[in-house]
Amino acid sequence: MADQLPNTPILDELEKGTWPSFVKEIKLAAKNSPMSRDLLGLLEQSYEEKIGHWKHGGIVGVMGYGGGVIGRYSDLPEKYPNVSHFHTIRINQPSGWFYTSEALRTLCDIWDKHGSGLTNMHGSTGDIVFLGCRTEALEPIFSELTEAGFDLGGSGSDVRTPSCCVGPARCEWACYDTLALTYDLTMHYQDELHRPAFPYKFKFKMSGCPNDCVASIARSDMSIIGIWRDDIQINHDEVTKYAEGGMNIQRDVVGNCPGKCMDWDGKELKIENSYCRHCMHCINVMTKALRPGKDRGACVLLGSKAPIVEGALLSSVLIPFWKPKPPYTDLKDMVERMHDVWCEEGKARERIGEFIQRVGLGNFLEECEIDIAPEMVAHPRENPYIFYEEYYEEDDGEEDEDGE
Amino acid sequence: MAERLTDIGPPHYEKFLPPIVKENYGKWLYHEVLKPGVMVHVSESGAKLFTIRAGSPRLISTEKIRNYADLAEKYCGGHLRFTSRHNVEFLLTDEKNIDPLIKDLADLGHPVGGIGNAISSIVHTQGWVHCHSAATDASGVVKAVMDDLNEYFTSTKLPGKLRIALACCLNMCGAVHCSDIAILGIHRRPPKVNHDTLRKMCEIPSVSASCPTAAIRPATVNGNPSVEVLEDRCMFCANCYTVCPSMPLNDPLNDGISIWIGGKVSNARHEPMFSKLAIPFIPNNPPRWPEVTTAIRNIVELWAANANKYERMGEWIERIGWPKFFKMSGIEFQKEHIDDFKHAGLTFKRSTHITF
Ligand code: HEM
Ligand code: HEM
Ligand code: SF4
Ligand code: SF4
Ligand code: SF4
Ligand code: SF4
Repeated sequence: MADQLPNTPILDELEKGTWPSFVKEIKLAAKNSPMSRDLLGLLEQSYEEKIGHWKHGGIVGVMGYGGGVIGRYSDLPEKYPNVSHFHTIRINQPSGWFYTSEALRTLCDIWDKHGSGLTNMHGSTGDIVFLGCRTEALEPIFSELTEAGFDLGGSGSDVRTPSCCVGPARCEWACYDTLALTYDLTMHYQDELHRPAFPYKFKFKMSGCPNDCVASIARSDMSIIGIWRDDIQINHDEVTKYAEGGMNIQRDVVGNCPGKCMDWDGKELKIENSYCRHCMHCINVMTKALRPGKDRGACVLLGSKAPIVEGALLSSVLIPFWKPKPPYTDLKDMVERMHDVWCEEGKARERIGEFIQRVGLGNFLEECEIDIAPEMVAHPRENPYIFYEEYYEEDDGEEDEDGE
Repeated sequence: MAERLTDIGPPHYEKFLPPIVKENYGKWLYHEVLKPGVMVHVSESGAKLFTIRAGSPRLISTEKIRNYADLAEKYCGGHLRFTSRHNVEFLLTDEKNIDPLIKDLADLGHPVGGIGNAISSIVHTQGWVHCHSAATDASGVVKAVMDDLNEYFTSTKLPGKLRIALACCLNMCGAVHCSDIAILGIHRRPPKVNHDTLRKMCEIPSVSASCPTAAIRPATVNGNPSVEVLEDRCMFCANCYTVCPSMPLNDPLNDGISIWIGGKVSNARHEPMFSKLAIPFIPNNPPRWPEVTTAIRNIVELWAANANKYERMGEWIERIGWPKFFKMSGIEFQKEHIDDFKHAGLTFKRSTHITF
């Protein structure tokens, strides 16, 4: 091809240095893709002017789906015609982000044929992101993807692509099967995932233990975090070996225990498990000596989100301990009740966490028929403005006597 | 023509698990970090699985994915995975392959690290590469910061884990608000209403309703219905821009970066916490944002020199107190540091627990 790479003196600066360079990646893609060539030109101009050159997305998608594609158009289409359309496609990743080289090559073939050759492995929700194609290319890409066994992820006001940590596939701390639950929920919510019908987005993230490697407590409306409720398993020989190996167990393990429930007398490590907060610290530090208990399950939390619109929230406890059992009907039933209440009463662009702030957690739980528990609050209320819902009338007592 | 397939969902993950993972699924006993970026998981069966984690810029070409596929075929039966922070992981059964693979990755330009007491890859968003809303670029800032901090990716010499995230506007697609260090693009100029297009493209009631501070009201401009912005009420959230393209906030003179620190997600020791404002504004200075990289390096090194073992940024600052942090870091405490949104009072110091 005669086309040459555009001159990009500013971006070239970012080819230097020890960290892998995205500019090199765009240039690799630009060898075969006029879109990526124009992206380089457009990005160079952004670097010069310190401003982006993308227009607000329009509504584009594949037939029958309301999500999965982010429309994107350049505001300099005459100068960079090949990125006049530059839509993103979100593709639902396999649980745990495991791939075979063959599957990756198939994805690459599809993308080289129809798009810019640029990807994100992965987007922050977990999807494979194909970055940059024209509207006409969407249907062919979609049909080749489904042919290869892949489907689109969520976008807009729908169930977003669920994602999970590596879990039991490679982690000894997984308290439930994060991959299985993620796959199951993804399949169960296919319709909700592809056809937005909620007030706003709804994300599930599954972490196998309280280390929360997928940041579910901060980034998902429903955070399902593995936890155990019996005793931490101790291998005393390995504890001794850590001590002999020079580990300062008193300072680095016991001293950091937030439950203040560990005791080390120089010989034996004791844990008062009924005060353990399941923070994982001691287990993280003494991987060979300590393990989560055997009665394992998950804590289900609800409501985290980034600041837009009403301020950032972390998820808070909904079910202190849940035993995940396929097909997880109890969880799905509960989620359905929650979605019904939220869809009925939620305002447009109101995440479920904000909705709960508005209507009150107590009211929300009542409507969704979820039992309240002291684990749900950091502490009981401090303000005395209580919405008592009932009061006695003068003759209440008599009626009671008669009635009984 | 073949039937159009829809709603098939992702491929079942079992198709992609390496045989050793299938055999030892849920049976892992313990793991050890062998050296930076390399760990071994040992199963109840005695099987050993070696993981090599390599950094990546997240924005990668199909050619690079094919390179990864080649390496997976050469060293691990064609299997690989990615992590929640955009790293790529190769899963080996033969210990002898570790060093050759690390060498091949180095030749490709990908450092190995990010495990244990280290900085992992920066979770980030699209920036000028793809988004209309960006107040800064994402990939470029990340590249500059990681070039500067690479030594902490490829070693485990930090006191604890350090997680950095970047979002290019307050929408925070990366949900950066619980990071040890969050780099956040911010607009600082209220939306410039394009009255001509607004009339055609947006519904006036939904534009006014979109503003959390009620800064937008319907108004008649040049005889046509439009909106006006009460500028002193605007906190630059761009919520109006999200619902209406005629309300752009992007502005090269005023857009830039703010730095937030001390958040965490994991439950280890301290409960999860939000990041707090450290530096209210740094102007965009592409391509290398030297003021940002310097500020971050200073914060990282101050923490590294003073934190106890395992103590995350937020745990350390909570122990010493924020006034001490401002004193030690030389960062000036400004009016912007004091919250004035809803529930701001909860962030005021309500005791005499003060250090001097
Ligand atoms: C030392 C033992 C640990 C091991 C073996 C471990 C395992 C893992 C694994 C397998 C991942 C990749 C997860 C995925 O992408 O699905 C990961 C990522 C992560 N872990 Fe852990 N975890 C450990 C301890 C911790 C601790 C103590 C914390 C927090 C204090 C933590 C926080 C995170 C975070 C934030 C990520 C995302 C970072 C990345 O992908 O590089 N982990 N960890
Ligand atoms: C009101 C809040 C939000 C708005 C208006 C918003 C808007 C957008 C827009 C316009 C894009 C397209 C960027 C592009 O051109 O590729 C995008 C991408 C994305 N957003 Fe958001 N976003 C919001 C919050 C979030 C949050 C809180 C998350 C995750 C926790 C998130 C996750 C993503 C992901 C994963 C992408 C794909 C690209 C990437 O990974 O960077 N978004 N968002
Ligand atoms: S969240 Fe827990 S179980 Fe999942 S990968 Fe991280 S440490 Fe392992
Ligand atoms: S898990 Fe945390 S709270 Fe429980 S014993 Fe270990 S350090 Fe203490
Ligand atoms: S954080 Fe803002 S600018 Fe960045 S991708 Fe998300 S919406 Fe776009
Ligand atoms: S940027 Fe936010 S605060 Fe400012 S006018 Fe728009 S919606 Fe209101």
